[in-house]
Amino acid sequence: MGRSKKKGFYVEPSLLKKIEKMKKGKKESIKTWSRRSMITPDFVGYTFAVHNGKDFRNVYITEDMVGHRLGEFSPTRKFGRHGAHTKRTITVK
Amino acid sequence: MARIAGVEIPPNKKIRIGLTSIYGIGYSLTKEIISKTGVNPDTQGKNLTEDEVNKLRRIIENDYKIEGELRRQVSSDVSRLIHIGCYRGIRHKKGLPVRGQRTRSNARSRKGPRRTLGKKKKGTK
Repeated sequence: MGRSKKKGFYVEPSLLKKIEKMKKGKKESIKTWSRRSMITPDFVGYTFAVHNGKDFRNVYITEDMVGHRLGEFSPTRKFGRHGAHTKRTITVK
Repeated sequence: MARIAGVEIPPNKKIRIGLTSIYGIGYSLTKEIISKTGVNPDTQGKNLTEDEVNKLRRIIENDYKIEGELRRQVSSDVSRLIHIGCYRGIRHKKGLPVRGQRTRSNARSRKGPRRTLGKKKKGTK
């Protein structure tokens, strides 16, 4: 079930403050942990460094991304690989 | 015989079922369409009158997104997800389930036939 329309987008208040600040000053990536914040049209053109639990992934926001959440662009899992990777199989590749 | 929205000709089925052979039309839409046209849902495809077919055709082709158009929309939606690089896009690209299903077992519709990988042979070290 979706979020009630009357509430509007959810954006972390602290993140909004950071954007306000950035609007006056220089453009650089905005560090944030707020993966749950919805991307609003105001975000377009900024770069966010979104925390994925370990480090920050830079996400440059384009118009297409509006309506998604920041966390969707910063994967939290890392795929290792399958099978036995002995020295020999690796060098053969 | 009766041809609606391109290639659909289900002669030996009641249209209540037959219409679902059109891509983008399932049971619910069939019900909706039939009640709009007032055709008897139990008529078989071959017994439809010209008039009924035309009625159905008009409603289906004008009011619903079906077949090619729908397919195009779906694939453009998917390619948008892939393009913006969001989680769902990544899952589409990798051919894994997109909506959070488990992948430890099952998920075969997305992953395709089993490929056994990386079994260590005896004597290689």
